[in-house]
Amino acid sequence: MSAYKELYQQVILDHNKKPRNYGDLSDANRQADGFNPLCGDRIHLSLHLDGDRIDGIAFQGESCAICKASSSMMTASVKGKTIEEAEMLIQEFRDMTTGKLDTEHAEHHLGKLTVFSGISDLPSRVKCAILPWHTLHSAFAASGTVSTEGDADPVKDSNA
Amino acid sequence: MSTTQALCVAAADGMELDVMRLRADFPILSREVNGKPLVYLDNAASSHMPRPVIETWEQYYTTIHSNVHRGVHTLSQLATDAFENARETIRGFLNARESREIIFVRGATEAINLVMHGYGRAFIGAGDEIILSVMEHHANIVPWQMLCKEKGAKLRIIPMSDAGELLQDEYHALFNEHTRFVAITQVSNALGTINPVKEMIAYAHERGVPVLVDGAQAAPHAVVDVQDLDCDFYALSGHKMCGPTGAGVLYGKADLLNKMQPFQGGGDMILHVTFEETIYNEIPYKFEAGTPAIASAIGLGAAVDYLNGIGMSRIAAYEQRLLAYAADRISAMPGVRIIGTAKHKAAVVSFTIDGVHPHDIGTVLDQEGIAIRAGHHCAQPVMQRFCVAATARASFAFYNTLDEVDVLVDGIRKVQEMFS
Repeated sequence: MSAYKELYQQVILDHNKKPRNYGDLSDANRQADGFNPLCGDRIHLSLHLDGDRIDGIAFQGESCAICKASSSMMTASVKGKTIEEAEMLIQEFRDMTTGKLDTEHAEHHLGKLTVFSGISDLPSRVKCAILPWHTLHSAFAASGTVSTEGDADPVKDSNA
Repeated sequence: MSTTQALCVAAADGMELDVMRLRADFPILSREVNGKPLVYLDNAASSHMPRPVIETWEQYYTTIHSNVHRGVHTLSQLATDAFENARETIRGFLNARESREIIFVRGATEAINLVMHGYGRAFIGAGDEIILSVMEHHANIVPWQMLCKEKGAKLRIIPMSDAGELLQDEYHALFNEHTRFVAITQVSNALGTINPVKEMIAYAHERGVPVLVDGAQAAPHAVVDVQDLDCDFYALSGHKMCGPTGAGVLYGKADLLNKMQPFQGGGDMILHVTFEETIYNEIPYKFEAGTPAIASAIGLGAAVDYLNGIGMSRIAAYEQRLLAYAADRISAMPGVRIIGTAKHKAAVVSFTIDGVHPHDIGTVLDQEGIAIRAGHHCAQPVMQRFCVAATARASFAFYNTLDEVDVLVDGIRKVQEMFS
């Protein structure tokens, strides 16, 4: 089975239909919006930080299956982690999807998230997968809106 | 639909369009994508070049390449002749009165920007109003918005019905003593709607208002007669009509072009330059600063010759059959919604599938070798009008077949199965 089919079947059958942590967080103390102007993907991320630990996180928005599944899996994997641990996952996820981290051979902490390594078969969709991670990074810094284009282009950043 | 049926379609004039023979002229159509035969349904974004156009391009570079309108040597003369012949070919295609009314530009976007700079900045001022339609491509919105910002002018927008047809009464009601310009598309790239531009132009002219027609999606698919339309400006892109990228055309009425300011300054657009003053060249050269995309312009001339060889009315008739068949089959699919159901349409089918984002539709179809566009089609106001973030769009050309419509329908079914 091609990596594309594996990715689609795993993420679509599960996270696209039943996204985890979907909705808004009433006690959020950090939030950010992510926008991909190329395809219209839009997500809103809200989190509650207890000190530097993420004890609550939720997302909502309108997006393609890859973005939704990536958001869903991201929220599940960073809940309970510290900002520093989450930032490490953000970096590793970005490196994996842009082909800079070989998850089969190099050490990493991505766990189930390695299903997204198949996205490198679909270069036009890499930004869909990265958007929630990029938005999380922005939520740590401050509330705001991030875009996948221009100076904020996560793919461009990671190639720099 | 059998292959034989698909191949020979009786056109309006009773002549048959031999699609299979035409397809053989397009080398790219025989390639595979992701292990499947390519089914190219993204012609509204860019079309493909037949062999005669590719050969013209190659022949230009291998035998006559040189700069145009300069120098006395033989190659320069040959290149100039070929370039000016292409201009004359395009004049005939659009039935313009004179070839000096044909200006070579990069594409429709640049053509519209040229009119905004050359006409808009000279003749549109504070408090003036420009009428656009809600179904414009961003290329026919953003330049006018920039002009409004600079001059303090205002955009007025013609709304459309749920079927995607411009509301003519509302259009008429937008006119007042401040109306200075109308810029409308002949065919919507996102919906396929064919607008009644001839009547709309007549209405504007009765009130002394000039009209620009964005013909990027119309010129590849129908007979265009700028004198019959009586439009003041007409913009088109060569790469959407079997030509190379890099060459498009702005048609403008000579008296208006003469009154306009140049767009860009540089070589070829001047008669005489001192540091005190520059005397501009005559039209069309006044608007063609710098070395043009010579090979692309000559290639566009060859593309027009190719289209003329088939006949635009036969192309239009055949594409209407493709559209009718595609619309019938796709609208019959449960869970699929066609966006844009105007009575008069070009062969564009924009659609959404319940529960599936258009980007995912695009990716799954691509794995089947089917190339469609997924997104907002550079027409975000259209998406807002229909309350969708994006659509999937299949756009056809005369080299597409009814069998390819069947492949698309099977592909859509696969998308639905995958997401069910």
